[in-house]
Amino acid sequence: MENLLDVENLWVKFPTRTGVFDAVRGVSFTLGRERLGIVGESGSGKSMTGRAILRLIRNPGIVEADHINLEGVNLLKKSEKEMRAVRGQRISMVMQDPKFSLNPVMTIGDQIIEAYRQQTKASKSEAYNKALEMLEAVSIRDAERVMRIYPHEVSGGMGQRIMIAMMLIPNPEILIADEPTSALDVSVQRQVLDIMDKLVKDRGMGLIFISHDLNLVADFCDRVLIMYSGRIVEVCDADKLHEAKHPYTRGLLNSLPRLDGKDKRLQVLKRDPEWSKTPSVSGRL
Amino acid sequence: MSMLSVKNLNVWFGKHSSRVDAVKSASFEVERGQSFGLVGESGSGKSTILRAITGLAPNWSGALSVDGEAIEKKRQKAFYKTVQMVFQDPYASLHPRHSVDQVLSETLHLHGFTNIDARVVKLLDDVGLGQKFRFRYPHQLSGGQRQRVAIARALAPDPTLLLLDEPTSALDVSVQAEILNLLADMREEHGLTYLMVSHDLSVVAHMCDNLAVMRNGEIVEILDVEALRSMQATHPYSQHLLQASV
Repeated sequence: MENLLDVENLWVKFPTRTGVFDAVRGVSFTLGRERLGIVGESGSGKSMTGRAILRLIRNPGIVEADHINLEGVNLLKKSEKEMRAVRGQRISMVMQDPKFSLNPVMTIGDQIIEAYRQQTKASKSEAYNKALEMLEAVSIRDAERVMRIYPHEVSGGMGQRIMIAMMLIPNPEILIADEPTSALDVSVQRQVLDIMDKLVKDRGMGLIFISHDLNLVADFCDRVLIMYSGRIVEVCDADKLHEAKHPYTRGLLNSLPRLDGKDKRLQVLKRDPEWSKTPSVSGRL
Repeated sequence: MSMLSVKNLNVWFGKHSSRVDAVKSASFEVERGQSFGLVGESGSGKSTILRAITGLAPNWSGALSVDGEAIEKKRQKAFYKTVQMVFQDPYASLHPRHSVDQVLSETLHLHGFTNIDARVVKLLDDVGLGQKFRFRYPHQLSGGQRQRVAIARALAPDPTLLLLDEPTSALDVSVQAEILNLLADMREEHGLTYLMVSHDLSVVAHMCDNLAVMRNGEIVEILDVEALRSMQATHPYSQHLLQASV
């Protein structure tokens, strides 16, 4: 499989008063035309990895890597201006909470049209039609009405689908989804995932799916990276996640309450300081 | 006699044309020492029921009674000694400029306790935090530790009924396990009764004895946990929820 993205030895550092804090510590992985899941607890560096790829880490944060290659071109060597042509156009990102990611004083339609016209020289009416078409692609009923309303008038699930529509309009090669469904209900979660799955398949995109929900990732992705304190501790095929060997992955799996479980007490994860010392496992294919 | 009885509860927001009926004639009973779950999607009115019981949602009608005593619109001080609530977001429910000690001793003071110092120590030990956390501020605590403080605060007046509004949905799975274990221990030690709201069916299956499934403000089905585990929900909506969470 060809590699869309190739990340080698990625570090994200934040200088603090008490020394440099390493949020991501030497992570390497590749992404083909597949669904790659990144799981871990809060603070494990999974979101930082996603942001670092798009160079969205702000000062004083530092991103270092041997290379972050997008189809053979190193993103780290690009200027800020060249980066803008990558963000949204070639690599898109769907954030966790639509409430904070949509502009509250612009109608949904205007926002999607703006995103589209940013890179194409399409006319307004052309962009309008494209936006309508995209909203229908993410199964929004009554798209013409939705184009005219404001973000506070849509529900969480709808907001998330609008975000996905907006991100997919420029036809990016890679979609990074940072906890796209954690603000949603179980019943809506499925819908959003199915839509994402369909679009990714139809367009042959690469997807990085960042989540803390192990079952969801096991269900939805092809390959999973498990992160702990800034490093990848285990890589496995998603359908074999339940046979994972690393004690951290096992601990996470065992601490989930089960619908059919009869155990009185849940197992509590016992952290081993050794885990954060062992070097990162490579997520290369 | 049941610990909590809810009969024909209606809760609404707004007036006249903008009136929204958030809960429509909900009825259920929770026995003493039991743990009862409320599940449903967001906007189904499950949290609103808890808020109506504590008095945070002022517009309600119907009959509520705790431990055999009917709740009136103006709640007595004794009510808050028996009923306490733990909120969803531990990041938002603690005062950012109050230390753990202030949070707990203020609560104890308001409820008229005298041996405050000893009780704060005991509460912190009970929730597994210990002495070294006593003078910390919320920003110095992790999400799980904050939720422990919130639980300690709820336990301070020695309540018998705890209302839990999604107590673990803002936490990691590993921390969720710790908090659920703590809640199970507390229930056993203090003989508490729980009314727990969650959208996660497996959490409810783990914690509760009985549960009610809600949709659009109505309770569509009440079933016990055995029926839930064996997937024997009768209402199509509960079946749909079950399928979505497996």
